[in-house]
Amino acid sequence: MHRSDRWAAVLGLIPWLLVVAPLTMMLAALWQQGQGVLSLAFLLEDPSRAGRAGGIASLLLSTGWILAVCLAVAVPVGLGCALFLSEEVRPGSATDRRLGFALDLLAATPSVVFGLFGYQFFAITLGLGFSILSGGLALSLMVLPLMIRSAEQALRGVPLSYRRAAEALAVSRWGWVRRVLLPNAASGIAVGVILSVGRALAETAVLLFTAGYVLRRPDSVFDSGRALSVHIYDMAMNVPGGTERAAATALVLVALLVLINLLIRRLVRRPFSGVVR
Amino acid sequence: MKGYWGIVALTAALAACGQTTDKLVLTGSSTMAPVIAEVAERYEAQTGVQVDVQSGGTGRGVSDVRQGLADIGMASRALHSDEGDLTSFTVAQDGIALIVHRDNPVSALSDDQVRAIYQGSTDNWRAVGGENRPITVVNKAEGRSTLELFLEYFQLENRNVQADVVIGENQQGIKVVAGDPAAIGYVSIGSAEYEAQAGTSIRLLPLGGVAARIETVNGKRYPLRRELNLVVKGEPADAARAFIDFAHSDAVADLYRDHYFVPAQR
Amino acid sequence: MTITLFLPSADRGLRWLLRLSALLSAASLGGIVLVLLWRTGPFLWSQGGAVFASGWHPGAGEYGMAAMIAGSLLVSLLALAMAAPVAVTLAAWLRYYAPAALRRPTLILVELMAGIPSVVYGLWGLLVLVPWINRWAPPGASWLAGSLVLALMILPLALLVTDTALRQLPPTWSRAGEALALSRFGVLRRVLLPGAAPSILSGVVLQFGRALGETMAVLMVCGNVVQWPHSVFDPVRTLTANIALEMAYATGEHRVALFVSGLMLISVTAVLLTLAWRLRGHQHAPQ
Repeated sequence: MHRSDRWAAVLGLIPWLLVVAPLTMMLAALWQQGQGVLSLAFLLEDPSRAGRAGGIASLLLSTGWILAVCLAVAVPVGLGCALFLSEEVRPGSATDRRLGFALDLLAATPSVVFGLFGYQFFAITLGLGFSILSGGLALSLMVLPLMIRSAEQALRGVPLSYRRAAEALAVSRWGWVRRVLLPNAASGIAVGVILSVGRALAETAVLLFTAGYVLRRPDSVFDSGRALSVHIYDMAMNVPGGTERAAATALVLVALLVLINLLIRRLVRRPFSGVVR
Repeated sequence: MKGYWGIVALTAALAACGQTTDKLVLTGSSTMAPVIAEVAERYEAQTGVQVDVQSGGTGRGVSDVRQGLADIGMASRALHSDEGDLTSFTVAQDGIALIVHRDNPVSALSDDQVRAIYQGSTDNWRAVGGENRPITVVNKAEGRSTLELFLEYFQLENRNVQADVVIGENQQGIKVVAGDPAAIGYVSIGSAEYEAQAGTSIRLLPLGGVAARIETVNGKRYPLRRELNLVVKGEPADAARAFIDFAHSDAVADLYRDHYFVPAQR
Repeated sequence: MTITLFLPSADRGLRWLLRLSALLSAASLGGIVLVLLWRTGPFLWSQGGAVFASGWHPGAGEYGMAAMIAGSLLVSLLALAMAAPVAVTLAAWLRYYAPAALRRPTLILVELMAGIPSVVYGLWGLLVLVPWINRWAPPGASWLAGSLVLALMILPLALLVTDTALRQLPPTWSRAGEALALSRFGVLRRVLLPGAAPSILSGVVLQFGRALGETMAVLMVCGNVVQWPHSVFDPVRTLTANIALEMAYATGEHRVALFVSGLMLISVTAVLLTLAWRLRGHQHAPQ
């Protein structure tokens, strides 16, 4: 082995440490602060005393509702747009480039801007106020580009030979989409949905301005509801004695994200594929 | 596909039956939000009326009540003279305390010393009898009533304040001071006492010779006191009135004490 | 792809549905920009230039954002300067030098890092990092703290992008190097990395954009003082933290000024994105 290679092999441990050490420290610190509070009861009880006691059951419910609204909008519109891109648009055409740029910009826009927009448009102009609906809609805008990109990749990945065969058999476009294209791209589309869930779960700034703070179990999507990420922020920043619960909620959230990660692994046969968040 | 439409239908149905009859929306002070949220919990359990408590700050609470975006506003200060169109109901008393790190040897500061520290003319603890460390000045962000009251009491203008760290909520201030032996900040007495009792490494400094404790706020000896008010526009509607009365009553006095506030005398 | 003129009605319906979805998606971006412009229009018209001044005193009607723009840029640039080299070298090391037993767990850990919410990073920064920096250089909450936390946040994706870029290189390149008995390090340095550079750079630029847009973590660790920093240990306030800090409390003109900063952020992102696209060369950024 060349000498330079031997050096490189050893020195490479430095960046490795620089990355792994803080992360393990962070997870350890979270565990230390929050593990005392974690239990099955924590997941099943509602918070009481402004969140200083009890668990996070109503928050899990609110978070679930917000995700449901978000996906209910983002999945059909995103899938539709992805289908449009794969069926009607040639890669490299002007439409492709313009739409692609718009979507990439949407993806790169800072989350506070979505918060501002969500507050101005959904909460005030549309009169939805602080509600799960406002929050879900604002989040759907954020995950839309992610959904579209993943779905588009999956759709374009369906072999050309299938398409040619369908054309040769004079299958209608709708038939082709419904019976061949979608089923074959299903796992890739599912990955897109799961990635969107992951991104939505991690969002805080947007929800602070749209879905609000209320701890109670929401009765409908017009109610305000507190998401897990907002709860972490509130417990850490606003409620006296809330640090342990903030850490415990953070652990729950991280665990959820790990689960999501594992799900993606199952669905995507290639590990560490190009489908990056 | 069928599954998807099923979900949409379910959501719509659930959304439709979510339109409840009575609902109160409260926005305002982040100091009051946690305790009022607990009051609201009890009120809901008793009457079934839904009460939503959002944060947003005193200024927001006042403005929302005026615009009709909220039924009741939470204000952690007395109303200003130009807020005559609003009516306020004091539910508790709080104070604003100066906090330093628990290990800081300085035990008291005069008003002039505080002013000098916040304006930057005194920048080392040594000058006020402490160790040789540069002072970390913690100030609150604009728009918070805690900031307003603090500036008013010490007759400072925010543009003259030389801050080293600017914080948003009370808890952030407490965490910053607890992590920095040379820091000084100011937060609500309620939050500070709670945390100090729980073991967080902060200490409350006396003001004007009076110890910063909830008892002295109660006895009206502590100089920097503030009212915690529920405000409405004009006269309160029935639903709002009922809640305000409940928030005043003995049934919830223990909640205020729990948060280290002084429940208002009825 | 053949396009027939007489489509069965279901197909025509489908076509319109798809067109609508695409339009909606594109319209969201347009909608956001429009709403922002609508809100800020009069303000920009009457005192647009004032936002580039230095004094931010909303109470007195002064909305000078220059120091905060600087804060955003400085925090993100330092974060990038710290994260990018580590990400690229680590990706290369993991790919070409690391024992297999180390590679998979590390990459899994990195993917996990990429998903952790920013509040969690911010919380750790506030509770651990800031007091630690404070021991050397008070107050602790500072430009450096913000950059360190941001670096941790953008590192995972920068690493994954580099890994992808290296993987997509033609395998013949490294094999040719082996055939010529060149050291792997040499091949890496002179052939592979330069070859992957456009993709890596493009990904890095996007991460810079992400750093600029980060809110919660910087809010918790940067100190939030509106000032031009003299050293990395000075506290700063970023545009994003400012919006989060003051949005709930701001009314009237103050709020409009915050919308202006939002507009500024989205404009800068657009510029960065154009740069990333140019570097990439083709149209589809898989990010």
